[in-house]
Amino acid sequence: MNKRITIDPITRLEGHGKIEIFLDDKGDVEKAFLQIPELRGFEQFAVGRPAEEMPRITPRICGVCPTAHHMASTKALDDLFHIEPTPTAKMIRELIYNAFQFEDHTLHFFFLGGPDFVVGPQAPAAERNILGVIGKAGLEAGKKVIRARREARDIITYLGGKVIHPVCGLPGGVSKGLDEEHRVQFLETAKFTIEFAQFALQIFDDVVLKNKEYVDVVVGDAYKIVTYYMGLVDENNKVNFYDGDIRVVDPEGKEFVKFKARDYLNHVSEHVEPWTYIKFPFLKNIGWKGFIEGKESGIYRVAPLARLNVSDGMATPLAQEHYERMYETLGGKPVHNTLAFHWARLIEALQAAESMVKLLENKDIIDPNIRNIPTETPDEGVGVVEAPRGTLFHHYKTDARGIITEANLIVATVNNAAAINMSIEKAAKAFIKGGKVSEGLLNMAEMAFRPYDPCHACGTHALPGDMPLIINIYNKDKELIKQLKRP
Amino acid sequence: MSTAKPKVAFYWCASCGGCEESIVDLAEDILKVVEAVDIVFWPVALDFKKKDVEAMEDGSIAVSFINGAIRLSEQEEMVKLLRKKSQLVVAHGSCSHLGGIPGLGNFWNKETIFRRAYQTTPSTDNPEGTVPLEKTEIDGKELYLPRFYDTVLSLDQVIDVDYYLPGCAPPRDLILNAITAILEGKLPAKGSVLSPNKSVCDECDRNETKPEKLSIKEIKRPWEVELDPEKCFLAQGVICMGPATRTGCGQRCIEANMPCRGCFGPTDQVYDQGAKFLSALASILDTNDEKEIEKIVETIVDPAGTFYRFSLPSSILRRRRMEAIK
Repeated sequence: MNKRITIDPITRLEGHGKIEIFLDDKGDVEKAFLQIPELRGFEQFAVGRPAEEMPRITPRICGVCPTAHHMASTKALDDLFHIEPTPTAKMIRELIYNAFQFEDHTLHFFFLGGPDFVVGPQAPAAERNILGVIGKAGLEAGKKVIRARREARDIITYLGGKVIHPVCGLPGGVSKGLDEEHRVQFLETAKFTIEFAQFALQIFDDVVLKNKEYVDVVVGDAYKIVTYYMGLVDENNKVNFYDGDIRVVDPEGKEFVKFKARDYLNHVSEHVEPWTYIKFPFLKNIGWKGFIEGKESGIYRVAPLARLNVSDGMATPLAQEHYERMYETLGGKPVHNTLAFHWARLIEALQAAESMVKLLENKDIIDPNIRNIPTETPDEGVGVVEAPRGTLFHHYKTDARGIITEANLIVATVNNAAAINMSIEKAAKAFIKGGKVSEGLLNMAEMAFRPYDPCHACGTHALPGDMPLIINIYNKDKELIKQLKRP
Repeated sequence: MSTAKPKVAFYWCASCGGCEESIVDLAEDILKVVEAVDIVFWPVALDFKKKDVEAMEDGSIAVSFINGAIRLSEQEEMVKLLRKKSQLVVAHGSCSHLGGIPGLGNFWNKETIFRRAYQTTPSTDNPEGTVPLEKTEIDGKELYLPRFYDTVLSLDQVIDVDYYLPGCAPPRDLILNAITAILEGKLPAKGSVLSPNKSVCDECDRNETKPEKLSIKEIKRPWEVELDPEKCFLAQGVICMGPATRTGCGQRCIEANMPCRGCFGPTDQVYDQGAKFLSALASILDTNDEKEIEKIVETIVDPAGTFYRFSLPSSILRRRRMEAIK
């Protein structure tokens, strides 16, 4: 009988996950599983709802990234009702969306994933949190983080009504416009977010890139898996969070396919396993080959590193400089090193900040024409955005009155579900040998999933937090022989 | 050396994480809270485990804030454990208060939800008909998942609840007021909802344009008309749950020029939010002619899903009878 190691719960990501690691007779890792013990059924209880209510229902999939669902849903309504938003409405949506990318990415780096880096993978557990980050980076840094997030979120609150579950999206437009007074005020905020994003990248440079030990971990094999990548790109193949076509590159970085939102079913399929409630998307035209790396496997990754891998560059100049630097440092495109997600995330935050300034400097954004009223009969619509955690697909079918008859959702992190499992197993295999389990393992295993900033049905965000891990080691007679706790 | 700081726990059930986010949105004020209390359990943020809660003395937690609805067996187990260990339990947010958006699952059941998620969704490739199981065995290794219920429950349908913090998500000031009231021991009667006992209409800016006698000839959906940012939505013929909903939210949705959807639940005097709204709507329809009433009612889409958007599990309807659709 094999030994079993249970990590329950994992933290600083969606709350209801547990890892099971199985050892062979030598005490080496044979297999590892990340089980998601949660399901709510949005794709079924959407049936019967008026389509225009979906941007107010689907954000409840996730209270950390509600704006992603709100926007994907609103775009699905545009498609469903065969209507385009007015130019000003599109600008307002993009402003909200970039403000959201900025504050959510900032949250992840400083509260969730960043502490592993800023404080160090081998640092005491009690320091691997926002307080440890402040300790290393300074109290002024901490205040800046809080201020930057609060001001960016105030933009979403003003235009969206609520920052947790915004309400303003309608087919063909938005419900509320921007006036000159707020344009000026938010422009000040946006300029500050550029300054802040550069400051965050500077911290990453000082603390991570100038530390050889950390760089070795980043480029090392334990946290590397070779996969396809997917993300939205604009007409110039540059990174875009709000709109564009979906581009997939192969493990060598060559474009594999580029498709429009409406065609997603020709390219993406989902696999089911009996040991978890989550599904595993894969490239339909390659096929599901199991939890395997490489060009023959249909597994792909999404989210910051993936978006940078699939694109030909960033859409804004300051972010572009950092993009070039990242690839130069890490040896060219594509980068398969999972820890580089953290770097890519900060580069994206900078693009989001620059995009906000560009939008707010354009006075068209205060134009009062914010709605086109649909006139055509609704039938079917697909809306795709890049959520901070990955490509997000909303697909609705309705009757002639616009009542939902079918809904299909492929939600961001889900695209990474297979890759996350593989990353955990690979890290476990690299660090657990001969039955030796140590405190170091606890963090190393978690560092395998944290770069993805997972958000399986919920988001998470942290205040000061230690890694809540207990490892129980059983012998083959299922007797508890050792217990390790991380305080 | 133990401190005199009261112990506080946070937990989430079938939740989106928005209520967790609402705590983080206290921003600088969270630091004051952290100084005043000892957070002893918060899986999203801290490393304490179920085992640690089990090891605590019964009643040693001053207050547990529990958000999310009860959808799976693991959630029921956890809240029962926390009830045992806590002096006070606060239902935090619409899902634990009323059932919330996950409560819309009560128009369906496990079989229909599983069938959609794991079989009939167009992107799912599952010819073997695999579904998640409570117990799976792979190469001699056993893996377990909690049981998915047919019916979503609100928190007070599973444990005794002391107070309710309403909203999806509760706003900052309500949360701060609640925490302060708990710390100062100045709480209202047990079972209270911690928000004023008035309706959204009572505090809405648009109340001044709400005519004495509303008369609607036709219901309009928000997508099909220009929405006047200053006029009462009901006066525009747009369904707004204001009359049947408790205030305390600051009318955030209405400020963004969208109608209320009722996330705070009803006021104290109202037994069933959906029935209350139905009655309010009936009183403002401008006709006594039965045929005309029928015509107007035709323009109301998804009444059950709209009037009970957040409150289906805790309503008198509770859930749909599945035999009615077989």
